[in-house]
Amino acid sequence: MATAISSPAQVLLSGNEAIARGALENGIRVATGYPGTPSTEILESLARYDSEHYVSWSPNEKVALDVGVGAAVAGSRALVTMKHVGLNVAADTLMSVAYTGVRAALVIVVADDPGVHSSQNEQDTRMYARFAELPLLEPSDSQEAKDFFQLACEISERFDTAVLLRSTTRLSHSKGMVTLGTIQPSRAKEYEKNLNKFVLVPSNARVRHEKVVERTGLLREFAETTELNRWEKGSSEIGVITSGVCYQYVKEILPDASVFKIGLMNPLPIHRLRNFAASVDRLLVVEELEPVIEEQLKANGIQAEGKEYFTRLGEFSPERVRAGFQKAGVLPMPKAPETAGAAAAVKENLFRPPALCPGCPHTVPYLVLKKLNALVAGDIGCYTLAVYEPLAAIDTTLAMGCSIGMAVGLQKGGDGTRPVVATIGDSTFFHSGIPPLIDALYNNVKITVVILDNQTTAMTGGQEHAGTGKNLRGETARTVDIATLCKALGAGFVEVVDPYDVSAVFRTLKSAIQYDGVSVVITNRPCVVSPATIRTTPYAVTAKECNACQMCMNLGCPAIIWTEEMHEGQHKVTIDPVACMGCAVCGLLCQTNAIIPLAADPARRTV
Amino acid sequence: MEPNGTQNVLIVGVGGQGVILASDILGVVCMNRGYQVKKSEVHGMAKRGGVVYSHVRYGAQVLSPTIEPGTSDVLLAFEPAEALRWSKYVKPGGTIIVNSRKRIPPAACQDRRMDAPTRYPQGIEQALRGQVGDVRQFDAEELAVEIGDHRMCNTVLLGALSSVCEFELQDWLGAIAASVKPKTVERNQKAFLAGRNAQFAAMRDSLPSEKCEMSRSVTCLDAPEIAIHDSWCKGCEICVVVCPQACLKMNERNRAEVVKAEACIRCMLCEWMCPDLAVRVQ
Repeated sequence: MATAISSPAQVLLSGNEAIARGALENGIRVATGYPGTPSTEILESLARYDSEHYVSWSPNEKVALDVGVGAAVAGSRALVTMKHVGLNVAADTLMSVAYTGVRAALVIVVADDPGVHSSQNEQDTRMYARFAELPLLEPSDSQEAKDFFQLACEISERFDTAVLLRSTTRLSHSKGMVTLGTIQPSRAKEYEKNLNKFVLVPSNARVRHEKVVERTGLLREFAETTELNRWEKGSSEIGVITSGVCYQYVKEILPDASVFKIGLMNPLPIHRLRNFAASVDRLLVVEELEPVIEEQLKANGIQAEGKEYFTRLGEFSPERVRAGFQKAGVLPMPKAPETAGAAAAVKENLFRPPALCPGCPHTVPYLVLKKLNALVAGDIGCYTLAVYEPLAAIDTTLAMGCSIGMAVGLQKGGDGTRPVVATIGDSTFFHSGIPPLIDALYNNVKITVVILDNQTTAMTGGQEHAGTGKNLRGETARTVDIATLCKALGAGFVEVVDPYDVSAVFRTLKSAIQYDGVSVVITNRPCVVSPATIRTTPYAVTAKECNACQMCMNLGCPAIIWTEEMHEGQHKVTIDPVACMGCAVCGLLCQTNAIIPLAADPARRTV
Repeated sequence: MEPNGTQNVLIVGVGGQGVILASDILGVVCMNRGYQVKKSEVHGMAKRGGVVYSHVRYGAQVLSPTIEPGTSDVLLAFEPAEALRWSKYVKPGGTIIVNSRKRIPPAACQDRRMDAPTRYPQGIEQALRGQVGDVRQFDAEELAVEIGDHRMCNTVLLGALSSVCEFELQDWLGAIAASVKPKTVERNQKAFLAGRNAQFAAMRDSLPSEKCEMSRSVTCLDAPEIAIHDSWCKGCEICVVVCPQACLKMNERNRAEVVKAEACIRCMLCEWMCPDLAVRVQ
């Protein structure tokens, strides 16, 4: 762990590391999830502790939640982690486990991504808590992330319910100081069969729904007394209701205001909030994303202001919260900004989008698909970055596993002028790509499925999965072979190709798009940065041979950039020897043979 | 930096440059000094060659994990264009330390019209100086390459940062040792000292002779006394090898000898590394 210990009991932990620590200090026996920024490091951190708890990656969030529910029904405390959109995948199980309840604590950690740093939307998990009628806890720093875990376990067992613990990117990826407690051994209760509770046939489900309503009533009473919700008395002029990281912003910007900090977000302590509202002249709600608190206040006849000053869009920050208070007239408006700022002196800032790494095995397949004029349904993973110029080879990216199903629709609903191709990574394929592939095969739709198998979950930092041969603890595990799986499903065209071999990729994809039915092409180069860095001799450009044709620039490789030397109005290129991984693809594309291995002829170095 | 109130350091760069590790080390230094610390960064997609930042805040009590624009005491930029992007975070009277080595992204090399220029901002240093008086630009990568590892660029920059921070050298070296892979501790410490000394040297050159505002930091430059217990020294040469300033050399009797005491920066490596407890730095 990238932490250092200052005293035996205090360490600097990220929100995610603190949640993992909380799990251990509360005797979690089973922990599972699917990687997703910003939630990934919780299980990774947990796996680094040498303890006997079971910790695993599941192929997707629904499976993970099923495992967690099973453990809780068996009588062991369980943790399930995912990002906000992962909860959509697990929602089927979630809505029903809300009915059944648990036998031991079940804590579902969901990390939201306000500001869409690394996601496809910024949905608000607090809405799910209301929808499923589950309690939701919202910590505001690393210490609380750990402390709230204990309270989540207690609430889960006392009220017989799964509990949601909501983090956000800012909490998960900020580090703060945490006082450690003792790691508790995990215990399993003796199993008790309970058909009425755990078998949701309609006759049972009706009864269980009554229990949900009853439980919500009890939780409402609990919310009025729990220390999770805190009234911090201050000036009576302004009262602020807030939660999560926003609490820190509010305390920094309005240190004298009265603050009601909500730690238990669902259900809300309406009576206490009503009293709080009555104690101040003006009530403001500062909440990121949806007006969950504000609407409930208004529905209960409590006057409050919020979203007119604090937007529903994006992530909050101290400056945005300050601007909100200024707009509301609580703080004076700032003086007109000085125009002589540095940014004003230089006309535009540099556009620096994330890009596929030098040597990335995903680059060539997209270059070829662009050349073949394919209509490409993309998916979620690093390869989404092929949407940027110069590759710009993707038409759609929607959600995990959508590529293949969408390709079926694009083919059946399209005009048939362009070949339809779905591109999907290995981890995403295991996550939710197999049922749509079955759909395409079953209905015999003429599409090509390119499975970009880089043998890791790269976008989230290189996690293991069912195809890597290792489990989350790094131990040897059974491997699912993708080509064998596709053949077993009945695919007639299954080819494996080396994505660095430009001509082989071209030939294979060309015959794949001509195949009458579902064709599957699997690229098989491992990711060059994880789990291990794969670097060979870097390449270099011989300046006098380069005719500035820009062929290598079509790759969008971050290691290849322009020099100021021109040839017929175009920039010649150079390769950064530090960034170059030595994949040699640019050398294959170069028409004048100007790109050669750096070590081959030191005299020809351009650097 | 002010002794009271929350101190803000913003570290920015490009994915892969080691911004996060640098900020982790700073966080450990602050915590070991007894401060409350919060730091904030974003992982995931942003790291694929995109913009990377890390906010570090420390003090008696820290609330928000992120820094408000216009309030950062120091901006440590691993790349010039990134310094420009984030310069609005620096407070009036703050400091910008910037690595002069450019990282031009592929996105800047896409305009294929005849004689189109690379789209990289021009005049960055002047623009920065127009906003903040104290701008220190130097080629950190060159120093890292001299040490023999371009990846040490982040520690070189951390060394430069240390020249404007209140912490003692030992705090930094200890935090580095606790944060990097054991095999690379020595090289990282060397890189750190290279960055730190380059800044001190630049400061010394630029200081007006009648006034010395950086008195606290400059105390590190006062030549300490290195004492070698001649009869304990067995001539293993470790101290000579580890000294980043080449203060020591082996004499004709194969014993370590001080030859450049005035260059000593009190890094303590000779004392710490001596297996015979024969070296003392006072």
